Amino acid sequence: MRSKHPKRWYGHGLPYLKEKSLPGHLIVIEGTDGVGRSTQIDLLRPWLELEGYAVSRTGWTRSPLLSETISEAKAGHQLTVTTFSLLYAADFADRLEHEILPSLQAGFIVLADRYMYTAFARNNVMGADPAWTRDLFGVALVPDLVLYLDVDVETLIPRVVHGKGMDYWESGMHLALSTDLFDSFQHYQSRLTAEYRKLAQEFGFVTVDARAPIDEIQTDLRKHIAGYLRRAEPVSVPSADGEPVPPLSLRKD
Amino acid sequence: MLLERWLRARGYPVLFTGWNSSRLVRRSMRRGKKKNLLTPTTFSLLHAVDFADRLTYQILPPLKAGMIVLADRYVYTAFARDVARGVDPDWVRAVYSFALRPDLTLYFRVPIEVSLERLLAGRAKLKYHEAGMDVGLSPDPVESFRLFQSRVLEIYDHVAGEFAFHTVDATREIPVQQRGFRRVMQEILRDYDKQRSKGVRHAVQAP
Repeated sequence: MRSKHPKRWYGHGLPYLKEKSLPGHLIVIEGTDGVGRSTQIDLLRPWLELEGYAVSRTGWTRSPLLSETISEAKAGHQLTVTTFSLLYAADFADRLEHEILPSLQAGFIVLADRYMYTAFARNNVMGADPAWTRDLFGVALVPDLVLYLDVDVETLIPRVVHGKGMDYWESGMHLALSTDLFDSFQHYQSRLTAEYRKLAQEFGFVTVDARAPIDEIQTDLRKHIAGYLRRAEPVSVPSADGEPVPPLSLRKD
Repeated sequence: MLLERWLRARGYPVLFTGWNSSRLVRRSMRRGKKKNLLTPTTFSLLHAVDFADRLTYQILPPLKAGMIVLADRYVYTAFARDVARGVDPDWVRAVYSFALRPDLTLYFRVPIEVSLERLLAGRAKLKYHEAGMDVGLSPDPVESFRLFQSRVLEIYDHVAGEFAFHTVDATREIPVQQRGFRRVMQEILRDYDKQRSKGVRHAVQAP
C-alpha cells in the first residue's frame, strides 16, 4: 500500500536514523505573534480527536532540553543572530526527534504551533544569511500541510494590546528599530508579515484570513484539514487499548 | 600550555580559548548528557551554539585588537566527531560556515591505543560521550572508545587533508614536538610581526 502523503526531508535529514514508515500527518500552523495560533489549535485538537484521530501537539521553544536555556539567554543580553538561530534549531531538532517523529511513526496527527518557516522569517528580518538558515533546518521533515494565519498589522495591534500586551522580543526591540515599543512592534511585525507572505508563495502554504472572528477561522482551518485528510490515505488510528480502529470519515463543515 | 607560555615569553599578546566552555548552553549540555537526551543533531547544534558564542565574545574581539588567539580545538572537532556520530558531513560544514578560517591549524595526532592509555592513566574512567557510548557500538566503555575514536580519527585524517592541517606526531617526546611546531609558528609569526597592526588569526587544533 503506497502512502499518498509520503514524507521527505527538507535537506540532508537525519542520516543516522533507520528508515521507518511515518503513517501520521504533520500539520503546521504558522503565523506571526498574537495571531491566534494556539487558540485555534486548542479548538482543532478536540475536533480531530472526536473524528477518531490521535493528536499530539508541539510548540516552538518547548523542548525539555532547550526551553530553559532559551528563556535564560533571552533574559540576559548575550544572544547574537547566530546563537539565537542555532538555539532555535537545537530546540527544533530536539522536538523533531523526541516528539514529532515518534508521533508520526505511531500514526498521530501532529499539530505544530510554528515550524521552520518561523525561523526563516525571523532570521531574514534579523539579517542572518538566508541560505545558512535554510541549511540549518536541512534536518527538518517537510510538513504535509501548512496553514498560515495571515493578518495585517493594523488588525494585529489592538488584539495584542487587549491581550497580553506588547513584549520586548515580539516587538523586535532587540533589533533596535526604534526606541519606542509601539513603533518598533509595528515596524517589526510588518516586516515579519512580508516575509511570511513570501514564504507562503514559495512553500505553498494554505493562507487563512485571520482577520475573521475565531469561529470563522476555525471553520476555515477545519475545511482545509478535512480536505487534506480525505486526499491523504486513511490511517489506522490506535485506540486506547492498542487495537487499531478504522478511520472515521470526516464530516463536511 | 607550553605554546602559550612560549609565545608570552617572546612578548606576544596571547589569548587562550577552550572547546565547550561558554556559559550559554552549559545547563542544556549538562541536562542532555545526564538524562541521555542528546541526539547526534542536538549534540552538534549545542556545540555550535557554544562555539558561536565564544567566537563573538572571546575570539573576534582579541583578533580585532591584533592579538594571537590559541584555540584548543576548533570547528574541525565537530567535523570529525559529529560526523562519526552520524550527522551529514555537508550539513555540519554548513552549520559552521559562520566560523573564521584559522591561519594555522596544528593537528596533534596519536594512535587510539596511546590516547586510551593516556586518558586512563589520568583518571579512573572514560566519559560517556568521549567513549561514544551514545552511538551504541559496544556496551563496554573501553571497547566503545576504541571503535568510536578510531572512526573519529579516520575522519580527522581526512579533514586534515581537506583543510591543510600541520600534523604533529604526538607520540614523540614533548620537547621534540615543541621544536617541530615552533618552527612552523615562527614562519607564521614573521608575517604577524610584519602586519601586527592589521590583526592576524591563529588557531590550534588537537583531537
